Parts: sequence; C-alpha cells; structure tokens
Amino acid sequence: MQRGDYILKRTLFALMTVFVAVTLNFVLFRALPGDAVTGLKCHNCTIQFKTALRHDLGLDKSKWEQYVIYLKGLAHGDMGTTFISHKPVRGELWDPIKKTLAMITLGTVFSIVFGVFTGVISAWRRGTATDRVSVWTSLAFYSVPTQWLGLMIVYFVADRVGLPHGGIQSPDYGILGNPGTFDFLVDRTQHMILPALTLGLVLYGDYTLIVRSAMLETLGEDYILTARAKGLSNWAIVWKHGFRNAMLPVVTLIALSLGFIIGGAITIEYVFDYPGIGLAIVDAIDKRDYAFLQGAFLVLTLSVILFNFVADLLYFKLDPRVTT
Amino acid sequence: MSHVTASSELAHDEGALDASSPDLTPGRRGFLKTTLLGQPQAIVGLTVVVLFILIAIFAPLIATYSIHEKTGPIYAPPSSAHWLGTDDGGVDMFSLLVFGSRVSLEVGFAAAFVAMVIGGTVGVASGFFGGWIDVLLMRITDIFLVIPDLPLIIVVAAIFGRHTINIIIIIGIIYWTSTARLVRAQVKSVRERVYVKRARSIGVGHRRLVSKHVLPQVAPLLIANTVLTIALAVFLETYITFLGLGDPSTISWGKLIENSFLGNAVLNNAWWAVVPPGVAVTVVILACTMVGQSMEDALNPRLKVGHLAVRRFRLRPLHGRLDTE
Repeated sequence: MQRGDYILKRTLFALMTVFVAVTLNFVLFRALPGDAVTGLKCHNCTIQFKTALRHDLGLDKSKWEQYVIYLKGLAHGDMGTTFISHKPVRGELWDPIKKTLAMITLGTVFSIVFGVFTGVISAWRRGTATDRVSVWTSLAFYSVPTQWLGLMIVYFVADRVGLPHGGIQSPDYGILGNPGTFDFLVDRTQHMILPALTLGLVLYGDYTLIVRSAMLETLGEDYILTARAKGLSNWAIVWKHGFRNAMLPVVTLIALSLGFIIGGAITIEYVFDYPGIGLAIVDAIDKRDYAFLQGAFLVLTLSVILFNFVADLLYFKLDPRVTT
Repeated sequence: MSHVTASSELAHDEGALDASSPDLTPGRRGFLKTTLLGQPQAIVGLTVVVLFILIAIFAPLIATYSIHEKTGPIYAPPSSAHWLGTDDGGVDMFSLLVFGSRVSLEVGFAAAFVAMVIGGTVGVASGFFGGWIDVLLMRITDIFLVIPDLPLIIVVAAIFGRHTINIIIIIGIIYWTSTARLVRAQVKSVRERVYVKRARSIGVGHRRLVSKHVLPQVAPLLIANTVLTIALAVFLETYITFLGLGDPSTISWGKLIENSFLGNAVLNNAWWAVVPPGVAVTVVILACTMVGQSMEDALNPRLKVGHLAVRRFRLRPLHGRLDTE
C-alpha cells in the first residue's frame, strides 16, 4: 500500500474515532434518565434556578435537537458554560491543563528515559540477577495503585528530601511579596517533582516491561547475529541494531498509554492537591458539574486520539515496511 | 554472548512449550497441570489468590472486631489488642482490611467475568463468522482502544456509579476489548483447523461447532486473559472509590485508601492506616498477574518473547496493524 493510502486510512480512522468520542460524550451526559441538572449540588439551586438552567442548556428540547445544537456548538469551539461558576468551559479548562501538561511531561520523560534504559539492560542481561531485580521492581510498580503510591511518597519521601507535600506554589507567595521569575520557576518545579515522580514510577514499571519484551524479540533476530558476526561492539548491536527496531512497538504503546497517563494524573493531582485538570475533574465530580466534566472528558479524549494519530504517522516514518 | 538467541529464551520453559504446540493440545486437565503446576511463579500466585479468597469467605471468623463500631482510640498504633491499629474513627484496621477483601475481590472477579462474557462473545462472533460482522465488531473495538479508559470510567461512574453492582458492570463493559481481540485471533486460527473443517463438512451446525470445537480450544486463553482482567478490575475499584465514586455503604480496600487520605492519616503519622490496604491491593494484583502471565506464556510461547506480550501490562492490545495473523 502506498504512503498516501496509509495516511488517508489512519486519518479516516482518527476522524471516525473523534466522531464516536463526541457522540459518546453527548449520549453519556444527555441521554440519561432524568438529566444532568437533577443531581446538581450548590447553595442556591432552587427549583426555579434548575428550570431556568434546563432551559438555558436546552434540556427541554428533544434529544435529537439537543444533539444537533451540541454539534453546532462544538464546531464553533463552544463547550457550554459551567454549572457552578457560569463561565465558558473552554476558558476554565485551559489553565489547569497547562499545569497538568507540565507535570505529566516531566513524569513521562522521566519514565521513558529510565524505562528504556533499564528495559534494554534487562533484555541484554536476561536471566541474570540484574534482569530479575529489574523485572520484579517493574512488576511491583506496575501493580501498585497510583493514588496509594502517591500517599506513600507524601508519607515517607516528601519530608526527608525536603520537598513540599502538595499545592503548586509556596504559601508565602503573595503575602511576603512576589518572587522573581527564577525563584518562581524553582518553586513551581519543586512542587511538581513529587507528583511527577509518582506518575513516573508507575509508568516506569510499564515501560521497562514493554521495552524489555520488545528488545528480547529483536535480540533474537538473525540480523543481530549477523551484527555480532561482523564483530560490532555491544554498544552498536544493542542501540543501533537492537533498539532502533525495538522502538517500533514501544512508540505505539507509549502513545496508547496516554489514556492511562491522564487517568493516573487525576488521582495523583488529587493526592498532591496539585491544581491541574485532574483536581478540577475531582472538584467537578464532587459538585456534579457535568458541563465541566463533559468538556474535560472531551478535551482529554480528543488529545489522546490526536496523540495516537501522531504515533500512527510516526510509526510509518520509523518503519517504512508498515503496509496496512 | 551466545545466550542471546530466540531458542534459549524459550528453552527454559519446556514443559510449557509442550502444552502450547497447537497440534498436541493435551486437553484441559493436562493444560492445567503443565501450566499452573509446572511453574513456581504460577504456584505462588495461585496460592496467594486462593488465600485471599479464603480470607474473604471466612471474614467474619477472622476479623477480631466489629467494623461498624468504635473499638479503640482514634489512630491508635498497632498493639496486641489491635494488630494493625485503628483508623480515624477508632475502628480496628485489621478487621476492616479483612472485610475489605470481600468487596474488592467481588468487584475484581465479577467485573472480569462480565468482561469475559462480552469479550468472549464478540471475539467468537467476530472470528467465527468473519465478513462484515468481523469488520464492524473490530472497528468498534479499535475505537474503544483509543478512547482513554480511565477518564471514560470516571465519567460513566460519575453518572451511573455509587453502587457496587454498577461499578462491576461499568468496569466489565469498558474492559472487554482486549479479550475480544485475543479471542478473535484464536478463533480465526481454530476455525481453519482440519477437524473443524471436517465437522463443518459433515453438516455440524454453528452452535455445535462453537460449543464443541471452538470454545474448548479458546477457553484456556480466555481464562488466562480473565485472570489478568481481575487484576485490572481490583485496581479500578480502588481508583473509582478513591475519587469518591464508590459505594458509600460498603468497605473495600479502595475505600480504606480513600479513608486514610480523607482522614489525614499521613499528617497523623498513622502509617498503619495507609500502608496495609495498598499492600493488599498490590499483592492481589501481582498474584493475578503472575498466574495470568504464566498461563499465557504456556499457551502461547510466542507472547513471551514477542512484543505482543506487552499487552498485559495495563496497556490495551495493539492496533490491528500489529496483529500477526
């Protein structure tokens, strides 16, 4: 199959997935018995308020009309207004997403670097004590519930290394004057390290095991034997001949694990009180702010679909043999 | 470095290899013997799982106190009276942990069962009938693979959850996709085997073909996959509960972790309220992973070296293009 065909096929698939995600987002939230407003919890939610809100949201129209209105709104980038604060969902989402993005990037990069490193070593030295220790460590991190690992780190690590337990900036700021840019960045980073470490450790378990099995398969191939027969150094065999090929499944799997990364970030932010999208989601769940929840779910889903699409294209770039 | 060959990787698992070679399937009893009892990893895992099931069943006999009343001071440290201390309400932690196993395992097993039934049905239908049914079902599966599962589960649980039965169904209907893919691939290969073709040619109907010829061949792999799903479901229960979406009337390990968080156990230096439930969850997940993994390795040694093996590590199976059919 030609390059163009492949890209077209993946694009169509991505678009189809987006459509399903959007529809799912509508169906889940609107096609409920009762409706989203019924369960709303806030101080001044009187019957009149709820009726008015229902009218505002168009919940008194037929489901089909609502769906069309919803799609039209989305096409203009309109995701409705939040139930509680009456601000556009789109604006409310952006700030926490930026903070989350910084945190999960740090955690993911950490886990990819260490995961690849130990995974490759583990595969190269398979069957040895090094391999066993690394596999069992990874399995342990893989099995640990994310939120509990976060609690453990707050309990046993935070004080010892002198990093903050939670929040995103030092409580002194704003009271004792504003810090300079550099101090501000250092402070932000310090608050980011532990949540990122928690996410990184859980992912580290996954990635080590993924890289290890991908490497094991590659190292069993004939061309590795050829490379060795040519007298290449171990370094060249492992990284240039082995890892380059093992990267293919790894890239796909890391892209697929993005859903888990975001999911893990939600509980981690809750544990560390880190004001990202996860904490905002927990807050929205608590207040039954379905408009916000819906917007957040849509944005998260679309970004995961986008990343998977990028990974699909990247995969093609990395492996010209991909045909279907 | 001569040990780096594909054959040596497989060779240290000879007993398992026998069970898996497609034409010499030794029957289900033989399968159990070679896979489960031939590997120390599987025996350890199975023992742990059985132990926890027994604890769950005999919880009222094992628990030392009632879990519904205050039986000691708030956050009392472990002592001979309270083996694991007490929680923020003065309730005995050990008893809570013992009773918590009931809901956690119930959710784990029941949700995995739901996923097995849905995934098995879709997989068999897809693989056995092929054609447009296959295309349709696999497209749906592909799409569900890309939609991020944890956010989806939060949304669905926020809307329908807060009851143990709902949580079981939610986990089951979201996590059937990997099972469906696996079963489909297996059914497709079984369908082409000579004895199935022979049965078909002498006029055996679909129902009998599936139940007598296809299912027995697929069953071991389906069970192995279900065991791995149990691990996932136990994790998801703690995840859903931690976000305040659990059943408020029951005690589970997830609930204990949530309580320790909400009750500020960390600030009170009460490690006994935080550590045990997490350890219990980790041990059960690890044990299920060990059992499921050994079964899969034994059934399909290619998984052991192949990149397809990564499927079990919380990530969902690969896209269609990586399927090796």
